[in-house]
Amino acid sequence: MLSDSDRIFTNLYGLGDRSLSGAKKRGQWDNTKALLALGRDKIIEEVKASGLRGRGGAGFSTGMKWSFMPKEIDPQRPHYLVINADESEPGTCKDREIMRNDPHTLVEGAMIASYAMGAHACYIYVRGEFIAEREALQAAVDEAYAANLIGKNNTHGYPFDLYVHHGAGAYICGEETALIESLEGKKGMPRLKPPFPANVGLYGCPTTVNNVESIAVVPTILRRGAAWFAGIGRPNNAGTKLFCISGHVNTPCNIEEAMSISFRELIDAHCGGVRGGWDNLLAVIPGGSSVRCLPAHEIIDCPMDFDSLSKLGSGLGTAAVIVMDKSTDIIRAIARLSYFYKHESCGQCTPCREGTGWMWRVMQRMVEGRAQKKEIDMLFDVSKQIEGHTICALGDAAAWPVQGLITHFRDVIEQRIDQYTANPHSDPVRVAAE
Amino acid sequence: MTKILVDGVEVDVPGEFTLLQACEEAGAEVPRFCYHERLSIAGNCRMCLVEVKGGPPKPQASCAMSVKDLRPGPNGAPPEVFTKSPMVKKAREGVMEFLLLNHPLDCPICDQGGECDLQDQALVFGGDSSRYHENKRAVEDKFIGPLVKTEMTRCIHCTRCVRFTAEVAGTSDMGAIGRGEDMEITTYLEGAMTSELQGNVADLCPVGALLPKPQNFRARPWEYQKTETIDVMDALGSNIRVDSRGREVIRILPRVNDLVNEEWISDKTRQIVDGLKTQRLDRPYIRENGRLRPANWSEALSLVAAKTKATPAARIGALVGDLAAAEEIFALKLLAEQLGTPHLDCRQDGAKLDAKAGRASYLFNATIAGIEEADGLLIIGSNPRKESPVLNARIRKRWLAGDFTVSLVGEAVDLTYDYHYCGAGPESLSQFIKSAQPIGKLLVLIGQGALARPDGGVLLSLAAQAAQKLGGASAEWNGFSVLHTAAARVGALDLGFTPAPGGLDAQSMAQAGALDLIFNLGADELSIHPGAFVVYIGTHGDRGAHRADVILPGASFTEKSGLYANTEGRVQLASRVVFPPGEAREDWAILRALSGALGAPLPFDSLATLRKKLIETYPHFGRIDQIAPGSVSQIATLASAAGDVSRESLRSTITDFYLTNPIARASAVMAECSALAQSRLTQAAE
Repeated sequence: MLSDSDRIFTNLYGLGDRSLSGAKKRGQWDNTKALLALGRDKIIEEVKASGLRGRGGAGFSTGMKWSFMPKEIDPQRPHYLVINADESEPGTCKDREIMRNDPHTLVEGAMIASYAMGAHACYIYVRGEFIAEREALQAAVDEAYAANLIGKNNTHGYPFDLYVHHGAGAYICGEETALIESLEGKKGMPRLKPPFPANVGLYGCPTTVNNVESIAVVPTILRRGAAWFAGIGRPNNAGTKLFCISGHVNTPCNIEEAMSISFRELIDAHCGGVRGGWDNLLAVIPGGSSVRCLPAHEIIDCPMDFDSLSKLGSGLGTAAVIVMDKSTDIIRAIARLSYFYKHESCGQCTPCREGTGWMWRVMQRMVEGRAQKKEIDMLFDVSKQIEGHTICALGDAAAWPVQGLITHFRDVIEQRIDQYTANPHSDPVRVAAE
Repeated sequence: MTKILVDGVEVDVPGEFTLLQACEEAGAEVPRFCYHERLSIAGNCRMCLVEVKGGPPKPQASCAMSVKDLRPGPNGAPPEVFTKSPMVKKAREGVMEFLLLNHPLDCPICDQGGECDLQDQALVFGGDSSRYHENKRAVEDKFIGPLVKTEMTRCIHCTRCVRFTAEVAGTSDMGAIGRGEDMEITTYLEGAMTSELQGNVADLCPVGALLPKPQNFRARPWEYQKTETIDVMDALGSNIRVDSRGREVIRILPRVNDLVNEEWISDKTRQIVDGLKTQRLDRPYIRENGRLRPANWSEALSLVAAKTKATPAARIGALVGDLAAAEEIFALKLLAEQLGTPHLDCRQDGAKLDAKAGRASYLFNATIAGIEEADGLLIIGSNPRKESPVLNARIRKRWLAGDFTVSLVGEAVDLTYDYHYCGAGPESLSQFIKSAQPIGKLLVLIGQGALARPDGGVLLSLAAQAAQKLGGASAEWNGFSVLHTAAARVGALDLGFTPAPGGLDAQSMAQAGALDLIFNLGADELSIHPGAFVVYIGTHGDRGAHRADVILPGASFTEKSGLYANTEGRVQLASRVVFPPGEAREDWAILRALSGALGAPLPFDSLATLRKKLIETYPHFGRIDQIAPGSVSQIATLASAAGDVSRESLRSTITDFYLTNPIARASAVMAECSALAQSRLTQAAE
């Protein structure tokens, strides 16, 4: 359990004052100049030492990512920081809370991170559907400009501009290179990598794309020291993390918790337990829709962190924990996700464009049981053909939920098929007109 | 150079090479759809996946990864790529299955069948059957112009067409709307494409989604007789392959020649096919009582012979048109010499080019491939987009590469690249020469719009001055370049088919009362005033034929073998594809027969002897596919000429790109294109 004194987002629920004065009372913007005075290398070193792993889902070391930016700044090619606030992963609602209620953590983090990478401009790409969040964030940015905390001649002595950009609501624009394309005014389609954005990113210049949460925790890490952050959670899975728990728990919530807290503890402490008790738990998708679901017995005592979950073949992802009890039609639930990926595929590369539709159609039939058992293996094979063959990770993300379903709930699918075969004409019994 | 192992074969390739190129270097075949050598890399078809040792444990798109991105093995061993491993095989089968999911598999009714990348690669790299049992997607066909037919259900979204229009053609006509499965390639508002190179998208399309509309359901690829030859629609001399079936030309495709047309051809080159069959002169005609009546050869030839004998040499003239091959020009010149007339001309538009000023004075000296070496471009009185679209694409390619400034004197038109507009008239050119700084290798492109006017000679000299002063004429770089519009022009100038001392030029010959007898070898862009007796040797019932008193039906460019020198002076050999229609004969044979009827046969009995004689007299015609360069000192001489210029604006000689010669004017397809382009112009003006 994370103690209250260790929380970074102290106004996550919007109970306090989210304005600049409120944020300052909570300790934000406190002597930021001293943090910048650490110097570029020291800041990156601290972030590396803190063990912060990217909060957008992939879990790549944030400090490492920053260190990929060129050390020397070519005046022809300025550096950029781009913050990915295109939070569209089903089940995930952490970044919106930060932007809505604790926006100054993000604004300050953007300033520090930009300084660490030598960027004088930062873009925050906000998801299209986030209207209130964008307004809140924009208000915070305006406040920071008004207080001369950021801007050309700010009190910190490092020229820095922050732009809030509004997306148009495409899931794929959360992929870093698609986001860059979209930011440049083009169609949001992922780019080929290499070259990576750290070499050729926004407008062809070195760019780092980070998740909102990754950036927002940086000021506190620097204030309290890398050792404090690294001391929370298990090795290689350090720090605090926002969990978004939804589904069949008694009190769904967003909660900042220590990494590696066990699933049982997380749910019991913050969500009032699973609806109908622990025995009623069917499955959990532990990291947003893009990871494989896990059956109750595997997840129940698993530490919620990157390494433990990936050992189970799933992942922490965005830590959007979707809990499903035994009333859930798991096939239908995953079929809905398949529809989501089919709908959000950008259409650029073949396996994803064609494969997501195929998987959805087969899933759709499997919901009814209108399929053959050999199609289960076929579906698994198709998902394997999509996974790893695409330009971006959306193909993988579409394949994994289906793979998770087949791996863990094959019996449910087979049962459904048997049911349908036993009574293929599922039309309702006709009743004579009265 | 980097060493790399491909399937165990070691190759040494530059680090910038993509894995796909490295694999090809090693002889390993890698299937691909979206990758094209001359377009940007999209990496979206995922067909070219290969396994990379030391890389991530998933297959990599070989078109998108360069050799230098690979990490060497632990002990400095070269990186390894596998194209035949089980992982690669399975990945390819998977991608192929996905591509075929929503492909209609209507090969029996698809024109692409037999030359379809998808068909071929499915056979080699695909699985044996599909596991897809859902409904297939159907996509509505789009109207994208009169030259390209769409069958969009077949589209595999490789985006080659989109990249071609955006990058090479520079018109951004096409794009993709929708996303995921619903992505569709379209011209957005279903308008016709606006490029003069649009026909190429049908060649680029790896499946049967974009097909040449005029050739719809005409033939199967294996039925064609394929003949490699040279195009004459503009002075570029694009290398083409003409596909014929029986006695009929069905279609024209580009051939790859990096020095000339890369692998593009203009729409006019491609689609004048129907013009080769319509309005043809297939028998001799004689004008009687103001009307042309069909005649036979002996009748026509004896009439011409009688007329010639009755006319004094000083009253006889000879004109050469835009499509003639060097052999017949040479034959006509021999005939004219025999008759003793000084009145010869090949410049029916009145261009002030003089063969006596040296070859450098009328060639595109920078060469077409040389455009890519230039540092700057000055265009004078030309619209290269209309005069030679493929050459214009080459300029655009150079412009896209950066560090290239284009300045233009003449009409301010959309050239598909940005330029600095100096002004419309000759004074802007003088101003430019005065004020501009030397620009490394400057290319001075002067068009017929500047030359075909009374002060053309002075403008030519001004252009030479620009080249002299601004870095366009040195020992290493001769950037003085004349862009011709007529395929025959450079050849005719090489052969000296210009007025002998005391001779009249084309415009003067055409004046009323200037001459009594004119031999007109396909000059259709010139109206000859009433008075003279005109013997027209040509192919189509066009302007020249309407004015003729005797018509001797000749062979079009697909019906004869001949040498053509293109605007840069490159001599290329065109081959015969089919035979001339009806009683029409090859032009050299007509001239030979005419000389026979005159009682003084020309000294050749076959095309071979004629060509041999031509090459003996003008040896550079014997060096096929080569350029005999002009001397840069001739530019200096040219620059020294002086004179007054008028203030009249320069404008391109081509008003309608689609209708520049008798063949194009006979083509219904070209007429449709022309009407569309005109309506676009009218709309734009409104």
